[in-house]
Amino acid sequence: MSDFIGRRPIWSLVILIAVALLAFLIFAVWTPWMELTFGRKRVFLSALFNGITLGGLYFLVASGFTLIFGLMRNVNLAHGSLYLFGGYVGYSIGNLTGSWFAALIGAFVIVALAGMLMQVLLFRWMEGQDLRQTLVTIGLSIIVADLLLWGYGGDTFQVTTPDWLSGPIQLPFVVALRSNGEAVMMMYPLVRIAILIGAIILGVAMWLVLNRTRIGMLVRAGVDDRDMLSATGVRVQLVFIMVFAFGAGLAGLAGVVGGTFQSLQPGEDTKILLSSLVVVIVGGMGSIPGAAMGALIVGLAEQFGSVYMPTYAVMLTFVIMVVVLAIRPQGLAAVRR
Amino acid sequence: MRKALMAAVAACALIAAGGTGQAQEKLRIGVMATLSGALTSGGEDGVRGAQIALKQRGGKIAGREVEFIIAATDASPDSALRAARKLVEQDKVQLILGPLSGSEGIAMRDYSKTVPNVTVVDASSGALETTYVNPSPNYFRFNSNGAMWMAGLGDYVFKDKGYKKLAVIGEDYSFPYTQVFGFALGYCKAGGQIVQRQWVPLGTKDFGSVIANIPDDVDAVFLALGGGDSVNFLNQYGQTGGKAKFVGGSIMVDQTVLSSRGNAKRLLVGTPSSGGVADAWDDPKWKAWVKAYQDAFPADKRFASPSLFATNYYNAFNGMATGLEKVNADLSDGGAKLRAELAKVELDAPNGPIKLDDDRQAIATTFITEVVETPNGELTNKFVRTVPNVSKTMGLSAEAFKAVGLPSRTNPECKP
Repeated sequence: MSDFIGRRPIWSLVILIAVALLAFLIFAVWTPWMELTFGRKRVFLSALFNGITLGGLYFLVASGFTLIFGLMRNVNLAHGSLYLFGGYVGYSIGNLTGSWFAALIGAFVIVALAGMLMQVLLFRWMEGQDLRQTLVTIGLSIIVADLLLWGYGGDTFQVTTPDWLSGPIQLPFVVALRSNGEAVMMMYPLVRIAILIGAIILGVAMWLVLNRTRIGMLVRAGVDDRDMLSATGVRVQLVFIMVFAFGAGLAGLAGVVGGTFQSLQPGEDTKILLSSLVVVIVGGMGSIPGAAMGALIVGLAEQFGSVYMPTYAVMLTFVIMVVVLAIRPQGLAAVRR
Repeated sequence: MRKALMAAVAACALIAAGGTGQAQEKLRIGVMATLSGALTSGGEDGVRGAQIALKQRGGKIAGREVEFIIAATDASPDSALRAARKLVEQDKVQLILGPLSGSEGIAMRDYSKTVPNVTVVDASSGALETTYVNPSPNYFRFNSNGAMWMAGLGDYVFKDKGYKKLAVIGEDYSFPYTQVFGFALGYCKAGGQIVQRQWVPLGTKDFGSVIANIPDDVDAVFLALGGGDSVNFLNQYGQTGGKAKFVGGSIMVDQTVLSSRGNAKRLLVGTPSSGGVADAWDDPKWKAWVKAYQDAFPADKRFASPSLFATNYYNAFNGMATGLEKVNADLSDGGAKLRAELAKVELDAPNGPIKLDDDRQAIATTFITEVVETPNGELTNKFVRTVPNVSKTMGLSAEAFKAVGLPSRTNPECKP
């Protein structure tokens, strides 16, 4: 940390000022002048929190995507289908058992198995052939999308939120003052907070596993130099299957999460694939902190875009991607080699 | 074994050959419906409506067997054009039933001008411009547009419900513009105010920011959303614990939403709305149609009662079939005779009489309704009153209506 400040004094100052400004915007009671320029504080805060929680969802999907890419150099364009598949599976399990956790775990396990099968039956046989892998995954995503349409129809599905997670919660931020001086606190959906906390815990756990355990060491070594790792006697294929299963499982889990606070329907697969592609490109291919950073940026951009410039909101994420590609093509958090 | 097989094949061939030899060529009708995207449930119900209408005619029009070729769209104009081109160029249909959604309709109006031998009977799309600005001579519409479906609601909401100030949330395309336009015409004349309008893309997943942006000091929120978007909105609105009252657009409180899974729809109880149908109307013809609908499909493959879309497709098909019967299903002249007959068709539809004006736009009945919960827990639209014979100028003179301008994100203004 002090090292960073020493090396980049100007950037540190900019970041510090931005953080201070953000903190001020969040905690201060807004003056009429500020309400005039930025709109109401509740809108600003809600866009901020929605952006962060949406980032949490994107992180769940994109971290698996980026892990698979980093290790296997495999751009899995069927990742969105795994998301949607997981969502539907979770919906069915949730309906059967009535338990949201069963849905989460069931979706994770079943989609992880599907991912395992994909790796064993398909990708093993076309290692290093980028174009073929890309075409096969696109084909797979089309087939899966049609199968899901066949099985579940074109309707909108929603995974039922458990009772203890539904409804709003009061956050300790003042959004406005009533005329009698009483403070109006911010109300926010509990389920979104839970999802955000879940995503953070998962992200930290993943970082710990990757950086502090033997398995993580193997995976990192595989990302850096696959051939050398297998030459040292590690069963690389096993590591691949494991990582693929985990990445796919995360996508399935994210499907349930997305189906809880948004909804599931055909077409969602390509939408989430596009978002995670942007997230991964912005953050840097193969990097977990990069995925977190990218997910946060894309989530915030989407939400702030939809509030402050609704007409161009769709474009905003792509503008960000173009800017990142122009200035730092390897992604924000990628390590330069 | 081999011989038996050969015989069977030969028999099949004979039957097939005999079949084509005897019967006339099938009458092929292209049916466009939104079978993916936010309006999926509506599209599926629309197709049901057309199928019931066809079954009631024994699968035939003027003695010719009818074949539906269903083309899926996703409510976007370009998907509608793709589907229509496929129907016309590949399947060689001369009759198209559809499209379903507002902006699709405008695209189809323009497309129909390029294929003068094809007759398009709109099935449920509701943009005003479709039959008002440069109407196409081979484009017919037996349903009201979005503005006409709002006739009388503004007055009812202002006077009977006492909502003096409203905020609007709608999807960002022509149909919701038209609905807000139609609503505002009556509501603002009565003295109401629309203080804010938020337009979201069709298929929006995340309404968090939109919900936070609803002003505190409005009496109700006018929702011009449809299908999946409505369900998403209500769900997320419930999650934030909001307590606002709603006024519904025609497809916001339609069976596509009222029959959806989950509890979010209960927020709609007490919501006034208006449209082309009222679920719980006592009229014998309407009841007969509801029964036909319920008998035609098992309970898990349909809604509790026909949605606006099913009814519109049903009427559109019956309109088309009536015209076809007059000309004995003869389209050899490129459909010129058919179009002359179609313009004269008057339908005695389950949702009131329908006739066409000079621009081939329906003049029909609008129903004002209110969402109530039935004793068995289903939601339905209680009938409040009808506004008969609504035309596309909404009771204004042609000049006065023209002066209001076209529906858009901001028109009409509705400021005090």
